[in-house]
Amino acid sequence: MMNPDLRREREAAAFQPELLTHVLDGGAERTTRRREIEALVLNDPEFQHEDLNFLSRSQRYEVAIRKSALMVMKLREYGIADPDEIYWFKSMCLGTSVGPLNLHFGMFIPTIKNQGTVDQREKWLPLTCGLQIIGTYAQTEMGHGTHLRGLETTATYDPATQEFILNSPTVTSIKWWPGGLGKTSNHAIVLAQLYTQGQCKGLHAFIVPIRQLGTHEPLPGITVGDIGPKFGYDEMDNGYLKMDNFRIPRENMLMKYAKVEPDGTYVKPLNDKLTYGTMVFIRSIIVGDSARSLSRACTIAIRYSAVRHQSELKPGEPEPQILDYQTQQYKLFPLLATAYAFHFVGAYMKETYLRITGDISEGDLSQLPELHALTAGLKAFTSWIANAGIEECRMACGGHGYSRCSGLPDIYVTFTPSCTYEGENTVMMLQTARFLVKCYAQVSSGQLVSGMVSYLNDLSGQRIQPQQVAARPTTVHINDPASLVEAYKVRASRLVEAAAKNLQGELNRRESKEDAWNRTSVDLVRASEAHCHYVVVKLFTAKLSEISDAAVRAIMTSLCLLYALHGISKHTGDFLQGGILTDAQVTQVYQQVKDLLAVIRPNAVALVDSFDFHDSHLGSVLGRYDGNIYENMFEWAKKSPLNKTEVHESFHKHLKPMQAKL
Amino acid sequence: MAPTRYLRSSASRDVNPDLDIERKTPSFDVEKLTTILDGGAENTRVRRAVEAVIHSDPVFSREDKYFLSQNESYEAAVKKAVHLKKMMHQMKWSWAGPESKYCNRALGGEVAFTLHTVFMESILALSTDEQTAKWIPLAENYRILGSYAQTELGHGTYIRGFETTATFNISTQEFVLNTPKISAMKWWPGELGRSATHTVVFAQLYIKGKCYGVHPFIVQIRSLHDHSPAPGVTVGDIGPKMDFNHNDNGYLLLQDVRVPRENMLSRFCEVLADGTYVKRGSEKINYFNMIIIRVKMLSNEVVPTLMKACIIAIRYSVVRRQSELKPGDQEAKILDYQTQQQKLLPVLATAYAFHFMNEYTNELFSKGYREIKQKNFDSLPELHAFSSGLKAIVTEHSTAGVETCRKACGGHGYSLLSGLPSLYTRLAASCTYEGENTVLLLQTARFLVKCLGAAHSGQPVPPSVAYLSAVNSERCLVRDKRDFLQPDVYVEAYRHVAIRVLSSAAAKLQALVQSGAEQHEAWHQCTVQLVHAAKAHCHYHVVKSFAEAVEKLGQEAGIQRIMKHLCGLFALHGIFSNTGDFLHDGYISGDQVDMMTASYLDLLAIVRKDAVPLVDAFDFTDETLNSALGSYDGHVYQRLYQWARKSPSNTKQANQAYENYLKPLFQNGLSKL
Repeated sequence: MMNPDLRREREAAAFQPELLTHVLDGGAERTTRRREIEALVLNDPEFQHEDLNFLSRSQRYEVAIRKSALMVMKLREYGIADPDEIYWFKSMCLGTSVGPLNLHFGMFIPTIKNQGTVDQREKWLPLTCGLQIIGTYAQTEMGHGTHLRGLETTATYDPATQEFILNSPTVTSIKWWPGGLGKTSNHAIVLAQLYTQGQCKGLHAFIVPIRQLGTHEPLPGITVGDIGPKFGYDEMDNGYLKMDNFRIPRENMLMKYAKVEPDGTYVKPLNDKLTYGTMVFIRSIIVGDSARSLSRACTIAIRYSAVRHQSELKPGEPEPQILDYQTQQYKLFPLLATAYAFHFVGAYMKETYLRITGDISEGDLSQLPELHALTAGLKAFTSWIANAGIEECRMACGGHGYSRCSGLPDIYVTFTPSCTYEGENTVMMLQTARFLVKCYAQVSSGQLVSGMVSYLNDLSGQRIQPQQVAARPTTVHINDPASLVEAYKVRASRLVEAAAKNLQGELNRRESKEDAWNRTSVDLVRASEAHCHYVVVKLFTAKLSEISDAAVRAIMTSLCLLYALHGISKHTGDFLQGGILTDAQVTQVYQQVKDLLAVIRPNAVALVDSFDFHDSHLGSVLGRYDGNIYENMFEWAKKSPLNKTEVHESFHKHLKPMQAKL
Repeated sequence: MAPTRYLRSSASRDVNPDLDIERKTPSFDVEKLTTILDGGAENTRVRRAVEAVIHSDPVFSREDKYFLSQNESYEAAVKKAVHLKKMMHQMKWSWAGPESKYCNRALGGEVAFTLHTVFMESILALSTDEQTAKWIPLAENYRILGSYAQTELGHGTYIRGFETTATFNISTQEFVLNTPKISAMKWWPGELGRSATHTVVFAQLYIKGKCYGVHPFIVQIRSLHDHSPAPGVTVGDIGPKMDFNHNDNGYLLLQDVRVPRENMLSRFCEVLADGTYVKRGSEKINYFNMIIIRVKMLSNEVVPTLMKACIIAIRYSVVRRQSELKPGDQEAKILDYQTQQQKLLPVLATAYAFHFMNEYTNELFSKGYREIKQKNFDSLPELHAFSSGLKAIVTEHSTAGVETCRKACGGHGYSLLSGLPSLYTRLAASCTYEGENTVLLLQTARFLVKCLGAAHSGQPVPPSVAYLSAVNSERCLVRDKRDFLQPDVYVEAYRHVAIRVLSSAAAKLQALVQSGAEQHEAWHQCTVQLVHAAKAHCHYHVVKSFAEAVEKLGQEAGIQRIMKHLCGLFALHGIFSNTGDFLHDGYISGDQVDMMTASYLDLLAIVRKDAVPLVDAFDFTDETLNSALGSYDGHVYQRLYQWARKSPSNTKQANQAYENYLKPLFQNGLSKL
């Protein structure tokens, strides 16, 4: 039976959530297909397992291994091969957790495919696909992450035996963090500095066996293990790897691009831009993850807030739903709007990637640098905001959000490393800034730029007539998304210009370009953020016209306005200082944000229902679709490991002896 | 600097040269600053003596902390608490003395029986003399173990909403306690799940069918012989949480549980034998005791946690090297990047700001306490409003600050061995317990709106809001970026914003009422704005108290200089992060914002030089930090490697999952080849 509060909420919605689900999935057929795939997992008893919250790390790892193995078998059994369908199936299998085989499928196999020669692919791929070989990708070292040139692991070619000798010369050079390395894998692709004929040729990739096939014992010369407990990722055996004069045959270097001949002659690669493509793709996935993780957190927090009653709004009346408090709406609804916004950004990035990689196979790489530079910032922008947003959702659930039964702590700890992996966020922001400053310089020298940065072309005009900037306020209409896109555009161009000018100022004062860059980096990050913010508002606004159902379009327009106006209200300084908005308009923005909260309120539950997360996928007692929270919290708690016996053994071991002595 | 200090826990260690060099030329006397933070050299001495005792005792070792299951954490906390009790007895340290506080600091709070103390405190505060005489000796001698059961599954902040009932039965002279429905179950009380034998239950009192509101009752929940639940009692652990897994937060379901009439704590209200309800005395003193818990929690729990996070992140940031600042040079220390400084140094400044804020608050409360003892309750509303808002912003900023530190350590910050995730997960709970932050801020706002009205009509207002009576300044007069380093300038800017934001919320409130809205509805419509006003008020006070504390450091020129920089950094960071608040009515111009930003960035570079001495001055031992990244000697990587190898996940090279699943998988794979 559905909780009456939630039933009322669902009845009162002004639109059909199912239609919005279709928009999110990219069409009704895709929604149907997704649900079919999810049902395969849901209805399969083999995928059932105990609540992970009550298991030790070792048990969680074991469950994950079992499920990963099962998943591989079932995918083959069902003949699921489409990447999206595999993604749906995997998400349903693993829920919020990660799989120890992720790196095998996500990095080991693709790297061999992309960087191996025909011979290498023929040798290794059948073994990897048959899972006789399980591999991982070992790049990061204990002392080195972002800066790849700093990696210390060496691979020295010995022409006498035609082998590479791998070494971890220092503690800091120990490979550290690779997923699946600690316990699962028997091979790894190791990135190491290649030395041949006495010269260092930079980083290259080598296939290194690390464990004995059959016994799974580490090979002589290999020290390998798990790096210990982490904030999250309990089921992942992130590992360390230390190599001491470990020899592999010459053929184990991936040689599609660079080569080492038998005599030790090094042959340089032709083009290294290609790796950009993979990075763009992974970033688009992280942006999508930002949207999904935040959507899950919003689903839980909003459903719970509709069921939870607290205090009084009107003296003498029953306690209201906490979702009726303006402060609660103000915490949650802007995040709900953000989740939708990021969803559309992720979809856009994926489409763009597919379009451009189409070009790659035909040899047109011209758009790749821009895409690479701009997606870096979007990865950072969305993951930072989603990261903070998930925690806000958790805190908005008060004490119960702190319990693992809410599912929220797990969503947070699983998501938060995305601010670090695949490019630390601040470094990513600075990459985007570098591109923006370059574009600015181009515009300054009279050339036009295109794409998402074309707004910089307007700057030359502004410089001639500074009065125009001051005259802008009258042109912003705070109820018109298109006008708000313009406001964000002006803010971005202003901050890019300010950062570029400050950088120039620093350059005039000192010799070192790097010093000047470092001293401007706070400004540069702000410029990048403003640019990304503009892109998100622009893409959300653009999406509105594609929605055919009027009721859905109406609510999405309100959400889009809320997203844009709330963003302004949190950065009023930029809009005021830039003369983009007046004091009076800023006051109106504050009021309009509150008015929009009231518009969203009756539709809030329907808006999270549209994300269409199945209960078992959500993994939250507070976020259950039926809203029967309290009885299920009690049922859940009874299974806690501390409740295994009525009297805990600590009583006999510690408490009783203490009392006896008194 | 006293070299002996470093010998305590870093004896004969070689220090990583990258960290060592940071300590060569501090601009101030580090040891002296430590004693200032401790409140005097004698306190520093006592603290170190306590730490030496605790750290030399293997029972208190926290080495395996990160590898424990929920059950093991709980057991370890109980074991340590029992041992600590014994040791304090031997050392003749009192629970009320400073040693107890320092023990807790050294052990990172991971000991049981903290709720037992709350149980005793609540009895002392709420009971009659006879009740105190009966229960306190039992509790002091650990004949009974107590808990404090207030929050229910469906009810937290709003005490009037509690559903647990205590019905007086005249014929048996007993109260009958009941949990009428599932949402009424007591839920969350610490040490209730497995340890406690007794608890103070808050329940709606019913006499002859009439409800008299929520009252406290002592209820025995477990047998004193075999620890099994008492008749009518269902009790257990609420399951794993984000942290506090050493604490058995529990649930409690009562079915016709009878307690004698004497078990209602009756200092303020009593039920006579014939069922007459008698109220006596003022509950205000009790109220005072409740708010003082908030204040203590900030200085004993919250701010030290923030300090520890700063130590770990800043020491790691001078050991970690990444990328090149100059081509061909060695990779740079990550603390030399402006973006890293901008993450960590404002957090460091915040830790100092909150430390001095706490000192100010403690003085305020000591004064209040003296007045209240003389039955003068005039300052109570102010103390309540002040502590509510302060608790909210200190916990919010500290929690966010710790997480900033964790993320600033990149991948290694994600490892539990860094110590940072646990600091965060513990502190995150403080935003909810002892008053949910948004609720507290609105309480402060209610007080502020009232005081603003009083100030406008010329009535006297309490000291912390006296500034509302003054005429608000219209323009910031700064002409040069250096002017922004003057405390007068930024304190005034914060004052201006606090008045403006509050005034505009109050005006809006009044406009709504005048246009016909009911008072409560108007209030509801303005809550987002009111929260903003309460935060601005608190932020102003933190800046102001920091600036005043710096003033008082006159005799210590070096320390005063660096503290002034930190104070400026804290203040300007706040302006930099919220320029809109300052620009809004033209108080600060766009040009002035640029000057302020320039000054702010200059301060980052200045504070950078003393960053390591500034965290060293917090003087937390390696054992207390329990961090592979933050140790005094800076041997980050060796320690990370050693600790990881001790992980239980590495005990057997061939693990079970391999035998059970991987091996069949490989074979299956082979068979399909």
